[in-house]
Amino acid sequence: MERPLSTHTATTAAKQNRSEIIAFVIMVAALVAAPFFVYPLFLMQGLCFALFACAFNLLIGYVGLLSFGHALYFGWASYLAAHAAKVWGFTPELAILTGTLTAAICGLIAGAIAIRRQGIYFAMITLALSQMMYFIALRMKFTGGEDGIQNVPRGKLFGVIDLADNMTMYVVVAVIFLAGFLFIHRIINSPFGEVLKAIRENEPRATSLGYKTDRYKLLAFVLSATLAGLAGATKAIVLQIASLTDVYWTMSGEVVLMTLLGGLGTLFGPIVGAVAIIAMQTRLNAFEQWVSVIQGVIFVACVLLFRRGIVGELARALKIKL
Amino acid sequence: MFEILGIPSQALFGQLLIGLINGSFYALLSLGLAVIFGMLNIINFSHGAQYMMGGFAAYILLQKTGIGYWPALIVAPILVGITGMIIERTLLQWLYKLDHLYGLLLTFGLALVIEGVARNFYGSAGLPYALPESLRGGQNLGFMFLPNYRAWVIVASLTVCISTWFVIERTRLGAYLRAATENPALVGAFGINVPRMITLTYGFGVGLAAFAGVMAAPIYNVSPQMGSELIIVVFAVVVIGGMGSILGAIVTGFGLGVIEGLTKVFFPEASNTVIFVIMVIVLLVRPAGLFGRRT
Repeated sequence: MERPLSTHTATTAAKQNRSEIIAFVIMVAALVAAPFFVYPLFLMQGLCFALFACAFNLLIGYVGLLSFGHALYFGWASYLAAHAAKVWGFTPELAILTGTLTAAICGLIAGAIAIRRQGIYFAMITLALSQMMYFIALRMKFTGGEDGIQNVPRGKLFGVIDLADNMTMYVVVAVIFLAGFLFIHRIINSPFGEVLKAIRENEPRATSLGYKTDRYKLLAFVLSATLAGLAGATKAIVLQIASLTDVYWTMSGEVVLMTLLGGLGTLFGPIVGAVAIIAMQTRLNAFEQWVSVIQGVIFVACVLLFRRGIVGELARALKIKL
Repeated sequence: MFEILGIPSQALFGQLLIGLINGSFYALLSLGLAVIFGMLNIINFSHGAQYMMGGFAAYILLQKTGIGYWPALIVAPILVGITGMIIERTLLQWLYKLDHLYGLLLTFGLALVIEGVARNFYGSAGLPYALPESLRGGQNLGFMFLPNYRAWVIVASLTVCISTWFVIERTRLGAYLRAATENPALVGAFGINVPRMITLTYGFGVGLAAFAGVMAAPIYNVSPQMGSELIIVVFAVVVIGGMGSILGAIVTGFGLGVIEGLTKVFFPEASNTVIFVIMVIVLLVRPAGLFGRRT
């Protein structure tokens, strides 16, 4: 019973691609329609966190590295973007670029240190490094300490388009989000991405095949940190504030939760997770003190009951790839 | 009074003492983490929250039932240890066959729940816990004033740490434990109830954290967030020391506490970050940790 294996895999691949494309079209349609139904500021916040979660998922989902300190890149990019826009008078696109570059440099240094250990130690090291950078942010003058950097001007994009209007700002944020999302999709489906998945599945084997796994891991780490920084810098311009909460360990925990809830290693999971968590926080504003308890319960429930997350379980039920 | 390197001896030894106290908490907590990790293959992120539970148990025992410091030092760790064993039986036991990361994520969620509940009932402000009558006052050693309670904390935690080391490394029970860490299936085949041993180990590790929490209550106030920042420092301590050796965990804990105390005297701006900086240096020079085995 010979089966034409190659055509078989080709059709499955095509089928998988089709489900991804359909989901992508639905997402873009939702992005276009949403501002007419939902408060744009909430949407922009959701998109920034969705990009943050996608960046985090690049590491945990496709390389199998759990970084428990991604607030470092999100928060420091947020600080630098806010400072550049407010004090240096940069235009918003340059301010966001400044923040993103900061995150890339931080990611390069922290990544080079953290990849020296594997597994559980990697998580503890990234957490410790981000806590160190939190204390430094607390001490430094330019961050404004407990007050943070407030009243960050949104400015004019390329010096021309005024971003004070929420709808204009929304379009910019949506474009940044889509660019980040497509970039991640490209990374995952590139030969580089295939090596990352090989490292996730069996690192010693990848090493024995001649791949310098540390270099691949470091590059993935820097990419993830940079995109997390892009999300943080954009957030600083949108909400016009950078504060200590962005660099604190609770923020690192939140992005883990978003990704876990949506589905580790799924393309759309982090977006669903981020929107769900942000919506929950907004809805439960009156019960603010219970938010951390609820988040903790979601963590426990996800780990024990549905480790694939919302999108992962959905994809399995429909037998498609999302 | 005299001066050393331009620092009054009182300040220098005072900080050294605080360093030793912090160090004893680092040692107790990293010891518990190492013991739990050895048996369960789980990094117990809720360790800080369980340390906080110890402090709160002592506080509640005093407020509601009038049970004082000395009985609380025994009762609180046992109570918190029992909650730990319940958690192990109901939640953690399903994770042993999965990737280590899930244990970390689950216990992180537990920490959020425990802290959130404590904050809802007692607010974020610290609650004072009075020093026990018998340990008030202190000794004047000439070069510094030594409060009795602080001396007690150092002696007590050293005793507990060394007893734990002795039980694990030098007794039959400890031998079972070490064997079960290496090869649980084989130890089970010899008729030892390994699942029960795992439950008791988790209870013991959590109890150690609660013990540290009770001892911390009179020094720092009891507050819901007292454990969350501490546990991150303890993670750094564990990375520096490596989890392979019990004695290593104790030495690293006390040593880093002292270094942190000295930094407070000579370079106060860096006192919050010095342990993390040391972690980075150790990772660059000796990636496996000071006492760790290469994995």
